[in-house]
Amino acid sequence: MAENNAPGGEIRYLTPIAIETKKEKYCRFKKLGITYIDYKDADFLLRFVNEQGKLLPRRLTGTSLKYQRKVGQAVKRARHLALMPYVGDMLK
Amino acid sequence: MTNRYETVFILTPVLSEDQTKEAVKKFKDLIKKGRGKVHHEESWGMRKLAYPIQKKSTGFYHLFEFESDAPFVDKLETEYRRDERVLRFMTVKMDKHHVAFAERRRNKMAAGNTGDAPAAERPARRSRKEENVNEQNS
Repeated sequence: MAENNAPGGEIRYLTPIAIETKKEKYCRFKKLGITYIDYKDADFLLRFVNEQGKLLPRRLTGTSLKYQRKVGQAVKRARHLALMPYVGDMLK
Repeated sequence: MTNRYETVFILTPVLSEDQTKEAVKKFKDLIKKGRGKVHHEESWGMRKLAYPIQKKSTGFYHLFEFESDAPFVDKLETEYRRDERVLRFMTVKMDKHHVAFAERRRNKMAAGNTGDAPAAERPARRSRKEENVNEQNS
């Protein structure tokens, strides 16, 4: 028949379905040229921990290995000085 | 051979203002006496602790940036341990990035006091925090 434009059972969509495109991750320290991560700035370090105050993995933040080590160091120093909690709840 | 160090310590909140000043002065004199050179000093004032230390929920933070030889750090830390007024302390050796960062931070704070803060790497967050610090100082 002429009206059937999908003879082989092919499904046609009126609007193209959105295919999730992977967003390219980048290391924010490399991009912005930050060379030193300050342990005194607890507000900034809060971006690299989850609500419980645990360090986020690199696969989520996109930080390069070199700077992830520095982030870890800074967070640990901040914890020692009670600028950040060792264990927290609802930090964000 | 000297290195740059940065040391932060927390004093108990039970001290009176004069007692706090006296404690800070004691450590400053100690650094000066130990052939050290104080480059910068910063008082963050009374701050809330992220978790209680010795059942105290606030503390008086003070920071020194100084230059000295390595054995002196041991002496300084022994003195911290002996002093009951010190809740917590930390001394870190500064690498070249840290020194540069401290320099910039100092300049920014000096500029912030006069009213115009220059655009920074992390504008909103940084300046807000520094304003807080300044408020506590005044």
